[in-house]
Amino acid sequence: MVNKKQNKIFSAKSRNNLTWKIGGEAGFGIMSAGLMFGKIFMRTGYEIFDYTEYPSLIRGGHNTYQLVVDTKPVNSINRQVDILIALNQNTVVQNFSEINNGGALIYDSDKVKVVAAKLADKQIKALAIPLTTLAKEAGGELMRNVVALGASLCLVGQTLTIANKIVKENFSKKGQIIVDNNIKALKAGYDFAKKNIKEEFVCQLPTLPAKDNILISANEALALGAIAGGLGFYAAYPMTPSSSILHYLARIAEKTGLVVKHAEDEISVANMALGAAHVGVRSMIGTSGGGFSLMTETLGLVSLTETPLVMVNVQRAGPATGLPTWTEQADLQFILHAAQGDFPRIIMAPGDAGEAFTMGHQALNLADMYQMPVIILSDKLIGEGYTTIARLNTKNVKINRGKILTQAQLSKIKEYRRYKLTADGISPRTLPGMKDGLFIANSDEHDSYGFSNEDSQNRVEQVDKRNRKLLEFAKTMPKPLIYGNPKAKKTVVFWGSNKGVILDSYVALPDKIKSKIRIMQYQYLWPFDGEFTKKILNTSKEILIIENNPNGQLANLIAQETGIKIQNKLLKYDGRPFFREDIINALKKF
Amino acid sequence: MKETDFNTSYKPSWCPGCGNFGIFIALKNALVELGLKPENVLLVAGIGCSGNVANFLKSYTWHSLHGRALPSAIGAKLANKDLTVIVMAGDGDGYGEGMAHFIHAVRGNANITYITHDNQLYALTTGQSAPTTEKGTKTKSTPDGLIDERANPMSLALAAGGGFVSRGFSGNANHLKELIKKAITHEGFSLVDVFQPCVTFNKVNTFKYFFDRLYNLDEKPGYDNTNILMAYQEALVWGDKIAYGLLYQNQRPSYDQGLPQLKGQALAKRLVKVKNIDQLVREFA
Repeated sequence: MVNKKQNKIFSAKSRNNLTWKIGGEAGFGIMSAGLMFGKIFMRTGYEIFDYTEYPSLIRGGHNTYQLVVDTKPVNSINRQVDILIALNQNTVVQNFSEINNGGALIYDSDKVKVVAAKLADKQIKALAIPLTTLAKEAGGELMRNVVALGASLCLVGQTLTIANKIVKENFSKKGQIIVDNNIKALKAGYDFAKKNIKEEFVCQLPTLPAKDNILISANEALALGAIAGGLGFYAAYPMTPSSSILHYLARIAEKTGLVVKHAEDEISVANMALGAAHVGVRSMIGTSGGGFSLMTETLGLVSLTETPLVMVNVQRAGPATGLPTWTEQADLQFILHAAQGDFPRIIMAPGDAGEAFTMGHQALNLADMYQMPVIILSDKLIGEGYTTIARLNTKNVKINRGKILTQAQLSKIKEYRRYKLTADGISPRTLPGMKDGLFIANSDEHDSYGFSNEDSQNRVEQVDKRNRKLLEFAKTMPKPLIYGNPKAKKTVVFWGSNKGVILDSYVALPDKIKSKIRIMQYQYLWPFDGEFTKKILNTSKEILIIENNPNGQLANLIAQETGIKIQNKLLKYDGRPFFREDIINALKKF
Repeated sequence: MKETDFNTSYKPSWCPGCGNFGIFIALKNALVELGLKPENVLLVAGIGCSGNVANFLKSYTWHSLHGRALPSAIGAKLANKDLTVIVMAGDGDGYGEGMAHFIHAVRGNANITYITHDNQLYALTTGQSAPTTEKGTKTKSTPDGLIDERANPMSLALAAGGGFVSRGFSGNANHLKELIKKAITHEGFSLVDVFQPCVTFNKVNTFKYFFDRLYNLDEKPGYDNTNILMAYQEALVWGDKIAYGLLYQNQRPSYDQGLPQLKGQALAKRLVKVKNIDQLVREFA
């Protein structure tokens, strides 16, 4: 795909966007360098989206960090990159083909060899920098990444003012010597590039007016949302790609008054959190699909005892250990059906970090209001990926604890029944410690007091009561979101993290294509809004569903709930997210 | 309060003569003598004959899943330290499916009391071998005799760092009551493994079997229950003689004492309100 405009990338004086990628072995500091680069550009007024690829190991292997810098909000990546930084030969072997025509390659001339003919072929400018030597001179080989960062900044016309500040912030905990060495390394890379690059090599990303943005992952945003919403107990067992929720919450636990428990396994995780929820503390657990498999036993208990619990599944590519560090959206059908028996649950899926924040606090409310499990389905792409969003605040955060009786209310009740049959199915709770509010939270089917009960009529009454809660929630559940031209007859359907790539690609389309397309996003997947779905899909001439799984799990859910079978599916299940090129091509053909 | 104030309207459904009755009565008397009220007690029950106590004891009750009583109890106690949290589970329940939780609960030392109903087999599922069943025993699931070695809750708890390791006998309800009282007042995880003969399925480990073998450590001259080596020695005595009573106790800090955020008011009693996150968000700017 030769694009003539792109040949001029590095002679242009300024541009609106840039894709930068750095590759090397695990342990080379790829991600920390990448995040610093991202933060530098956020502070320079740009929007950021990043994407990492790494194998499940601590040393060796091939790691890459890709960063999209844009003047406009960005939530997706291109396959092609403008600047590639190769800290090792493997990066050249594996990622060279991704460099845009006219792009740049910065490589460590101490370690990497580049064939000149290959460069000429794509008009790629190469900058050989003795990264290892310069890093050693600055104080240690490990800082190759920071030397490369300095060189990259020079290449795009930035000064080191903001970068020095970020380096200081980043390394201050490690002591002044480390800070000083890294600043030296940054300058060494910058100076080397300045001396050795020719004028036409320089592209400009000028400093823009600062925005009030933050750079955050959906995992952290979700955690922050839950904190804002009064989370009191979080339990987890480490599992990629959910672990950064655990790490973040554990780090801030003491100062926020939160209890974080890393338990012995996900079974214990779920039951501990349930114990905390039972006595009235807002509780959440987080894992990925494998851990959720262990939690399924408890999921049924959450629903049967009508205890509020938020469960987060940050999906990765399964089954079994699968592709532990890669992305996929293949747990929807699993979560819909997880655990024996037929019982209500609420399932929601954030499309980006901002939605993850919102769901973090809303899920706690819904769990309390409807006394049932609320499951948040996220995935590796957004869970671990960093993006710029407007600074988060608590303006829209509200606390609704649902029906919890006060001691005064309870004292007026003659004979308290925890599982009393009510019109909406929701029975007021008491919390252990309250006088006259005793009950059994029973894993056996139970009567309205909580006593084990196997009677036919009671069974039906209790099942129906629990199900009524879901019907009640369905009445107020937000509808799927519509983007694009709401009257268009071509409808694109998606859920979860594909939001970024679909909306970014849509924006890039010519107006005459755009006007023919509307896009429907499901934030809530269960209960399922069949009526709204039918209204949209029955007025569509063509439907395209886009999912990161092999069989179209939302498509199957839609078929189950509406009878509408979507034939046109764009599915990807190689562990990689959709690239913008994938979606633009699909929408142009659509 | 009297013992019967801890009865629900449900009559225990255990078999006549079941060892569970002794534990039930000892527990209720211990609660009365400690001055506890039903609303301040959270009973966490497992699944099995022992777990059916959930319906019989008047208290706040969490009837957990098979093997999962301990994690729920730990979560509840961390969230509301004002509750007296007592776990009742069987040996099959607690040492079979729940074995990993048991070891980690001992390590963690949350301030809860774990009373196991140890009848050395699975009773509610009609008499299969349990982790505590004697090697060689023929049961429905091991018709040619159990190949596995018997699990020893006492030595396991000691090895995992147990701060209160004890054994009771449902044939001596008074002794058991005192032991349970000590366990509840112990600051940290307290284990009371109770020999509780199953009159229906276990024809070997009967009341008589234990009366003939048990000796009370409280009455053993020179026994020091703060000496872990002595405790190990007694834990390993098995066969013609078996020790019961408090094998070992130390005062290591309970789990919650390692959490500064739990100082002051119990977590569950703090008002849930929107938390200011401005300072936290600044880190991402």
